[in-house]
Amino acid sequence: MEAKQNSKNIFNSFKNSFKDFSMYYILAFIVIFFQILTDGILLQPLNVTNLILQNSYILILAIGMLVLIVLGDIDLSVGATAAFVGAMAAILTIKMNVPSPIAIILCLIIGIAIGAFNGFWIAYVNVPAFIATLGTQLLFRGLTIVVLDGRTLSPFPDMIKSIGSGFIPDLLNGDSVHLFSLVIALIIAIAYVVSSLNTRKKKINNEMPVDSFVTFISKIAATILLFAAITFLLAMYEGFPNVLIILAVLLIAYRFITQKMVIGRHIYAIGGNEKAAELSGIETKKIKFLGYMNMGLLAAIAGLVFSARLNAATATAGNGFELDAIAACYIGGASAYGGVGTVIGALIGGLVMGVLNNGMSLMGVGVDWQQSIKGLVLLIAVAFDIYSKSKSK
Amino acid sequence: MSDHILEMRNITKEFFGVKALDNVNLRVERGEIHAICGENGAGKSTLMKVLSGVYPKGEYTGEIVVEGEVQDFEKIRDSENKGIVIIHQELALIPELSIAENIFLGNENASKGVVDYDTTIKKARGLMDIVGLEEEPKTKIKEIGVGKQQLVEIAKAISKDVKILILDEPTAALNEDDSENLLNLLLEFKKQGITCIIISHKLNEVMAVSDNITIIRDGQSITTMNKEKDQVTENSIIKGMVGRELDNRYPERTPEIGETYFEIENWNVFHPTQEGRQIIHNANFHIKKGEIVGIAGLMGSGRTEFAMSIFGGAYGKHITGTMKKDGIEISAKTIKEAIANGLAYVTEDRKGNGLVLIQDINHNISMANLKKVSKNGVVDEDSEIKVAEDFKNKMRIKSNDVFQTVNNLSGGNQQKVVIAKWMFTDPDILFLDEPTRGIDVGAKYEIYLIIQEMVKQGKSVCIISSELPELLGMCDRIYTMNDGHFTNVIPIAEATQEILMENMTKEVGE
Repeated sequence: MEAKQNSKNIFNSFKNSFKDFSMYYILAFIVIFFQILTDGILLQPLNVTNLILQNSYILILAIGMLVLIVLGDIDLSVGATAAFVGAMAAILTIKMNVPSPIAIILCLIIGIAIGAFNGFWIAYVNVPAFIATLGTQLLFRGLTIVVLDGRTLSPFPDMIKSIGSGFIPDLLNGDSVHLFSLVIALIIAIAYVVSSLNTRKKKINNEMPVDSFVTFISKIAATILLFAAITFLLAMYEGFPNVLIILAVLLIAYRFITQKMVIGRHIYAIGGNEKAAELSGIETKKIKFLGYMNMGLLAAIAGLVFSARLNAATATAGNGFELDAIAACYIGGASAYGGVGTVIGALIGGLVMGVLNNGMSLMGVGVDWQQSIKGLVLLIAVAFDIYSKSKSK
Repeated sequence: MSDHILEMRNITKEFFGVKALDNVNLRVERGEIHAICGENGAGKSTLMKVLSGVYPKGEYTGEIVVEGEVQDFEKIRDSENKGIVIIHQELALIPELSIAENIFLGNENASKGVVDYDTTIKKARGLMDIVGLEEEPKTKIKEIGVGKQQLVEIAKAISKDVKILILDEPTAALNEDDSENLLNLLLEFKKQGITCIIISHKLNEVMAVSDNITIIRDGQSITTMNKEKDQVTENSIIKGMVGRELDNRYPERTPEIGETYFEIENWNVFHPTQEGRQIIHNANFHIKKGEIVGIAGLMGSGRTEFAMSIFGGAYGKHITGTMKKDGIEISAKTIKEAIANGLAYVTEDRKGNGLVLIQDINHNISMANLKKVSKNGVVDEDSEIKVAEDFKNKMRIKSNDVFQTVNNLSGGNQQKVVIAKWMFTDPDILFLDEPTRGIDVGAKYEIYLIIQEMVKQGKSVCIISSELPELLGMCDRIYTMNDGHFTNVIPIAEATQEILMENMTKEVGE
C-alpha cells in the first residue's frame, strides 16, 4: 500500500516537473534528435562553440525583451538599435580613431539613450509600445544608413573584434584542453554547491519547506553534470568564448534581479495587474521607463557583439532580431498577456531556436526549407508546452 | 403529489480528491422560484455547472432528472435543448454588438448563413417587450447600464424556449430600482409557468420572491425549506448556511474614540478627462482615533472618487484642499507618499484594482510594502513567507498554503488578501470601499472583526458602503453624500436607514 502510494507520488512529481520544465524536455529532445541525424557533429566542441557564438546576441536581446514582455510591453526596435550601435562603434573606432574602451562606453550610452527615448513615449506619453517601437525601428534603421552613408565599415580594432569572436586566454597553458576554462568552471561549480547548501540550511533554520535531501542532491548533480559536459566540450576547442562570459554574467544578474529583488517583484506585479500595482504605490511609469532603458543597454551590447563577430558594420545588421528575441521569450513560457515568464525560460527558448537553425544547417537543409520547418516546429513546440501545462493543472 | 420539473439526486463531484459536492439533492417544483443559499465556496456554482452540462456526465456521479427523464448532458447545448438556461454572474454579452445581435448570439435568425436583420430586430423587439426593456434593439450593449444588460441576458434565455431559468447572483451588480424590476419580472415569469432557480446572497430578496429555499453548506445539501409551511426567517437561513447561530450580524464593540486624527478641509476634485467638471465640492471630513466612520451615498455620488483622490490623487485632477494628520498638514500627491503617510485604500474592485490574480497569496500580501521584508533591494523570501502565513492564520484565509494563486480563492478570501495587503503597510487611516461586496455572511462577520480589531489598536477606519445596515451596524458616525457634496454627518445614535436615505438624496444647491 505504502509502496503504491510512493510510486504514485513519484509519478505525480514527475508529472509536475514535466509541467514546469516541458521546454527543457523539448530542448533536450531537439538536441538528441539532431545529434543522431548529424552523426554526432552537433555536439562536437567546434560546433558547440559556434552555437554559442551564433546565438549570443539573440540571447542577450531575449533577456531584455523578457523583462518588457513580463511588464506587458514589447520592443520592436531592438534590431535597429543594435545596427545603429554597431554603426556608431565602427564610426568611432575606424573613422575617428577613438580608443576602443571609450568607444564601447559611448556605444552603451547611445543604447541607453535610445531605450530612454522609447521609454519616454511609452511610459509617459502612453503611446502603445507596438507603435512607438515600430516608429523607432524605422527611425534608427534609417539613421543607420545615414551615418554609414550606405557603405559597410570594417575592420574593427582587435579589442572590439575579440568581444564577438575571442576566447578567454589560457593563463595555465593547457596542452590539448583549455585548462584555465576548466579551473574557472570548477570554481563556479564549487560556489554553486556551497550557495545551494547555504540556502537550504537557511530555509531549514527558518522552518521553510525544502526538497528531500535526495531530490536536492540529484538536482545539484544533474546541473553540475550538464555544466561539466558543456565545459569539457568547450575546453576541448578554444575554451570559453568571451561572449559566453558576458552572457553568463548577464544571465545570473538578471535572474537575480527579476526573481530576488524588489524591482523584479514590481515588474511581475505590473505585468499581472497594472492598476493594482499602481494603487499599491508601485511607480509603474518609472519602472516601465527603466525597462526600456535596460532594453536599450542590452540592445547596444548585442549590437557590439554582432558587429564584432561580423567584423563589420552594415546597414542590414540585426534585421529581424526583434522577432527572434520575442519568439525566444514566448517559447520559453512567457505570456503574451504579461506577468508571466522567466529569464531562464527565455534562454531555453533562444537555444531551442538556435539548435534548430544550427542542426538543419549541419544537415544541409536549404535556407528556404529551414524557415518553413523552423516555423512549424516552433508552433508545435509552444502548442505542446501549453497543452502539457493545461493537462497537469 | 407535487410535480417536480427537476430533480438532482446524490450528486457528487470531486476535484482532485476533494469533494466539492457530496451527495447533493435538489428537487425543484414546476413553476416555482427556488432559491439556493450557501456561503461562498459551498458548492452552489459547481452544482449549477453540473446541471447545465459544463461538467459532462462521468465527471460527476448521481442523476439529473428533468421532467421524469434521466439526463446525460455532455455539453451546455444539451441542457439548453431541454430548456435549462443559466445566466452567470459575469454577464456574457459582447459590448460592441447591439442588443438584438446579443439576444440571438449563437442562435442567429439566418438562412444559409446569411443573417436576416429585419427578423432579428422584430423578434428582439418582441422579447424586449416581455422583459420590459425599453431601448432600441440596435443600441449597443456598452451604451446601456448593467440593469438593462441583465434584461438582455434574460431576453436571450427566453428566446431559447426556457423552461428552467437559473440566475447566479442576478442582483449583485444592480441598484435597488433595477433589482426590484428584476425580481418583479421573475414573479411575472412564475405566472407564465417558467421555473426559476436563483442563487443569491441577498436574503431579503430570497425571502421576497422564493417559494422553496435549499441550503448548501460545505458541498452538502443541508435542507430545503418551504416558505409557506416552515417558518423561514433570514436568521434561520443564515443559521443553515453557516451551521451556527449568528444572533448578531455585527460583532459587539465598545468604541474607544480619541482625539481628531485625520482631517480634510475644502477638498475639491475635478474629473480627470472632462475639463471643468467638478466631482467633489468643498468637502470637509474628519476621523478620530479609534473611530469607524461611514460614507453613505448612492452610486455616482462621489464616495469612491473622494476616497481615491485623498489616496495620493489616485482619482481626479486639480485637487485642492488641505489634509491634516494629528493636526499637522501633510501632503499625499502620489500613492507612494500617501502610503508613507499612513494612508491606505482598499478598493471596491478587488479583482480589477486590488489583486494580481495570477500571483499567489504571498506575493499579493507583500506587494504594497516589499521594502519591509527586503534589504538593499533584495527580498528576504523567508520572512516574506512568514508574514503571509501570519496573516493567513490571523485572518483565517482558507487555502492550502500561501502559495495558492489568488485567482482560485473564493471572493471572501480574496477580500481578506486585499485587506491583509493593506494591513501589512501598517496604515493609520484606512479607507475600505465596499469591503463586503459579493461575499457571504460568515466571511463578512470575520471582516467586521478584523476592522474592529484595527480601530481597537487606535487606527481610524472609514467604510464606504451601499449596504446601509452594514454602515448602521459598524460605524460610529456616518457621512452622507450626494452629487459630490457631503450633505450631512449623523451620529450613530440618531441614524436610521430612512434618515440616511433622505440625506443621500437631498438636493444640493451650489
